[in-house]
Amino acid sequence: MKISTLARHLREGVKNVGRNGWMSIASISSIAVSLFILGVFMLLALNVNKVADQIESKVTIRAYLQVTANQAKIDEVERSIKRIPEVKSVKFVSKDEGLKQLRESMGEEGKAALEGYNSENNPLPDAFEIEVFDPQTVSYVAKKVMAINETDASKPVTDVRYGKGTIEKLFRITNAVRNIGLIFVAGLAVMAMFLISTTIKMTIIARRREISIMKMVGATNSFIRWPFFIEGALIGIIGSVVTAAVLLFGYSELTSTTQTDIGYYMIQLATLKDVGWIVTGSILAIGTLLGIWGSTISVRKYLKV
Amino acid sequence: MIEMQDVWKTYPDGTVALQGINVVIERNEFVYVVGPSGAGKSTFMKLIYREEVPSKGHLSVNGFNIGKLKHRKIPYIRRNIGVIFQDYRLLPKLSAFENVAFAMEVIESPRRLIKRRTMEVLDLVGLKHKANSLPAQLSGGEQQRIAIARAIVNNPAVIVADEPTGNLDPETSWGIMKLLEEINFRGTTIVMATHNKEIVNSLRKRVIAIERGSIVRDQQRGEYGYEN
Repeated sequence: MKISTLARHLREGVKNVGRNGWMSIASISSIAVSLFILGVFMLLALNVNKVADQIESKVTIRAYLQVTANQAKIDEVERSIKRIPEVKSVKFVSKDEGLKQLRESMGEEGKAALEGYNSENNPLPDAFEIEVFDPQTVSYVAKKVMAINETDASKPVTDVRYGKGTIEKLFRITNAVRNIGLIFVAGLAVMAMFLISTTIKMTIIARRREISIMKMVGATNSFIRWPFFIEGALIGIIGSVVTAAVLLFGYSELTSTTQTDIGYYMIQLATLKDVGWIVTGSILAIGTLLGIWGSTISVRKYLKV
Repeated sequence: MIEMQDVWKTYPDGTVALQGINVVIERNEFVYVVGPSGAGKSTFMKLIYREEVPSKGHLSVNGFNIGKLKHRKIPYIRRNIGVIFQDYRLLPKLSAFENVAFAMEVIESPRRLIKRRTMEVLDLVGLKHKANSLPAQLSGGEQQRIAIARAIVNNPAVIVADEPTGNLDPETSWGIMKLLEEINFRGTTIVMATHNKEIVNSLRKRVIAIERGSIVRDQQRGEYGYEN
């Protein structure tokens, strides 16, 4: 295609958006609304993922030992744990340290409950705090640690605990967010496409005469189709640019005002830099595709070229 | 130039518009197609500019087998056929110049050529001075001249004119006929469907009469042969 022809198609496409005023605005808005919801769900999912990662990386395994275990036994168990290849580090937490940690974590109310316990009558067992390289292997490593009992008749490990359930719950939330988002977005996308195809249909009907004359004087089908594709794509692009701008602005406001509040819970939201490109890119791509798709449907259906 | 061998046309609703048409129109001929309304004249014309395809038979225009033409080739065939209608079919929002130039734009002619050639044909139809007028500002005869300018701007081999004087008064009609004769004189084949008795009888050409879908008369320098 010649540059001058492309320029003509572009001009025509832009003009059509203007000519169809309200219908174009309706199509642009419906694209923008569906993309906005898509964007919100994307941001939610990205953040839930990020939080899940953060929590995962903090997951450690605690293995509790027999209260009667002597130093030799403790060393032996430690060696066994270290032999598990997935284990990153092992830290011994003595019963006294355990009590101290418990006191700290329970705060004021714990003070009363733990009153009277000291190193003499400490009911807590000694324990190991185990870190793994890959959070996904936590449950596997936990089982392995428990299995030390099988080769040791004295059954030195009484219990193994880790953040079981927490991670699974988080993944369930992430998936739910994703699925609900997908259903919403799919429904809205269909609506947006329908509106775009109606807009294009109106353009085609309004220009039926012009199209028949174009055909009469020998315009090729692609020459006739191009302006409609451009019109559809343009509607999609405008809708997605508006959405991306609103979302990014909104998100930067949200992160800057809430960061300090949420930061208290040791959770960090994904930064604008982390998510900006992926969200903008997806919205632009999906918006443009919706626009082109909507116009293709109309052109195929109503433009018998 | 145009060749029909046993051409039939049946519309989807069962109407048989043409039955067994055999005709040859040579290069540079000027042919009137006459006959009562609904006899098949329009279908005959539409077959030539590939608005319709024959249901049966062989039809070639300018050496191309129209019936077996691939869809994407159609535009290129049409560029060799200028079409003129009774109702002009100009775009109301475009000026006379733009209406003519439009036919060159859609076949992607270079800009400078478009300007020169458009002015040339506007001059030929005698409306160079009305280049910037909108169709609504022109008389019927002037609008038809613009339509003719548009039909010839791409130098077609054939002009198909479906009742080009149907909406015009006798004097204006004569102007249009003079113009078509001039175009024919320059080498373009013209096939014109008409109901205009005076024109056919005065400006004698070949006459093909169609009745109930068949050619009933084919005569050089023929008469109109019907009472209006």
